[in-house]
Amino acid sequence: MNMQTNPRLTAAEAALVQAYNDQLGDLPGDGDVLAARDRLLDDLKTAGLPTRRVEAWHYTDLKSLLRGVPALIGEGTVEALEPLVEGSTVLPLLQGVSEAKSPKDALGVGRYAEALRDGTAAAALTALGNDDVIGRVNGSFVRDGYAISVGDGGELAAPVEIQHVHAGGQIHSRLPATFGAGAKATVIERHFAVTGSAAFVSSIGDVAVGEGADVTWIILQQQGAEDTHLGQIRVNLARDARLKLFVINAGGKLVRQELQVSVTGEGADLQIRGINLLGGDTHTDVTLVLGHNVPHTASTEIVRNVVFDRARGVFQGMIRVAPDAQKTDARMACNTLLMSDDAEFSVKPELEIFADDVQCGHGATVADIDDNHLYYLMARGIPKSRARAMLVNAFVAEIVEELEDEALVEALEGLISAWLEKHA
Amino acid sequence: MLEIKNLHARIAEDGTEIIRGLNLTVKAGEVAAIMGPNGSGKSTLSYVLSGREDYEVTEGDVLYNGESILELDAAERAAKGIFLAFQYPVEIPGVATMQFLKVAMNEQRKARGEDELTTPDFLRRVKEAAAKLQINTEMLKRPLNVGFSGGEKKRAEILQMALLQPSLCVLDETDSGLDIDALKIVADGVNALRSPDRAVIVITHYQRLLDYIVPDTVHVLYKGQVIKSGDKTLAHELEANGYADIIDSAA
Repeated sequence: MNMQTNPRLTAAEAALVQAYNDQLGDLPGDGDVLAARDRLLDDLKTAGLPTRRVEAWHYTDLKSLLRGVPALIGEGTVEALEPLVEGSTVLPLLQGVSEAKSPKDALGVGRYAEALRDGTAAAALTALGNDDVIGRVNGSFVRDGYAISVGDGGELAAPVEIQHVHAGGQIHSRLPATFGAGAKATVIERHFAVTGSAAFVSSIGDVAVGEGADVTWIILQQQGAEDTHLGQIRVNLARDARLKLFVINAGGKLVRQELQVSVTGEGADLQIRGINLLGGDTHTDVTLVLGHNVPHTASTEIVRNVVFDRARGVFQGMIRVAPDAQKTDARMACNTLLMSDDAEFSVKPELEIFADDVQCGHGATVADIDDNHLYYLMARGIPKSRARAMLVNAFVAEIVEELEDEALVEALEGLISAWLEKHA
Repeated sequence: MLEIKNLHARIAEDGTEIIRGLNLTVKAGEVAAIMGPNGSGKSTLSYVLSGREDYEVTEGDVLYNGESILELDAAERAAKGIFLAFQYPVEIPGVATMQFLKVAMNEQRKARGEDELTTPDFLRRVKEAAAKLQINTEMLKRPLNVGFSGGEKKRAEILQMALLQPSLCVLDETDSGLDIDALKIVADGVNALRSPDRAVIVITHYQRLLDYIVPDTVHVLYKGQVIKSGDKTLAHELEANGYADIIDSAA
């Protein structure tokens, strides 16, 4: 009798294993990288995709939600996009492939495929614990990306826009980014589908914000209606570092964006902002794991969600305050507008506080728009439907306006209103 | 211009009747002051005129230029030229003041079959009107009413009124929370809008505002009815003697 030791693989799991086998000898990497890939794929095969029984994936049962994986190569050609902000430095990642770029001003740029080939990428090809399926998938399959750096004291005059543009297929990329002491930069990590053909995308950013550096990082996800997007950003904040981390989800069929942030330097200040624009039959999950590991650090987390149709959204916000991280100040809020009876949003705040002198708070609201606001706009002659649209827009625009770059605010607001106009 | 006939209105949520058989006529060109003690129904009247959904009209009618407006929603009434300057203008974070002004002006123009304003034309109008009300343009860059002081909010209301050029202006306690300088600016703004084809209803608690916006008629509202009407001397009488005498003689 033949005992089956592994549970049977789902179609998607089998397709991933198959995809790995198909690419053997083709995935870039030296011996160390290939060994790391093998390990990660083995772990993926053994553990399988997570189900709701895995705590971190309770609201996103990936095993049942991920029905399949598209063919390796998408159809159609893609071109770089106009950047959101005129004058930005564009780093195109077209169909997952980087271009050779010469350094510009204070910005250093390398092709990540080279880091795979020469093995310098091997150490970071890890999973963050046993539930990190994104780390496993990405580490197994990653082919390219950009390694960017801004040296000590470097200031970027214009935003860097990294354009992940695709026309379907399997695309796995990585963005290591290092910001030196006192560096100043704005990075836009933009994911964009030009066609409706399905894509399976994983993307990981490894971001180190150096001492006193001031960084704005925006993840703008505009995947196609059939796309799966598994995103993760691993962030480390040094002493007195400031980071604004914005996540805007405005696309995709099955989306999980993880924010894994460690605040490891005293005086560091973190702002996390999330906007989830959800419609259709989609599932979108933003999961934050934030560690305040040292004393005297502050963070605020605000997530705003607008949910139409039968869309489902999830926000999990875990804040861990280490035993000696006294004087931590962390505030988290998640506000949702449910625009249809079938729309759904699940919020799970988790505070694990091991220090005794801290300020930590969280709050969540689910509501319709404010009738007093609606009446005020209508009393000025703005028809009800337009007034409602303005208020929904305002609900999320309020977050965007915290960004200092006016051109960027305008571009993001334009994009948000366009999305809302299409879905309202 | 405005004819309110035996109007009865109540709070939709709990059915409390506030307006109980109110009659009032305001002609084009007229400035009518409505005065009354707290709880007499002054603000409710302004809400009912503007079409707030929290109030239900149970009896009577409101005719504006000869037509009933009770079936129209707030936006339709505004487009027809009815404007309410709020006692407590709401703060709306995320809605830019300039964008709001532009949308409101253009939606009203659209409803009347007029072309939308060009951006330069719009900006010119706002700049001119704002200057008259001593509103600095920095304030207009903020979200709607957000972080405005009490006086700034009231001036912003009058700015909207000046830009929208309504034919019936209802000012609900526009004087509350204003110091004397701000009061003069606001009153000047209102007086600038006085014209033979426009009517103004000034709802106020105090005579003070009426020194600056001199009314043609004064009406005393009590328990949801107009219990006495007169000319501007009635306001002085109220200021000197309070409401008690009039209430007693009406009872």
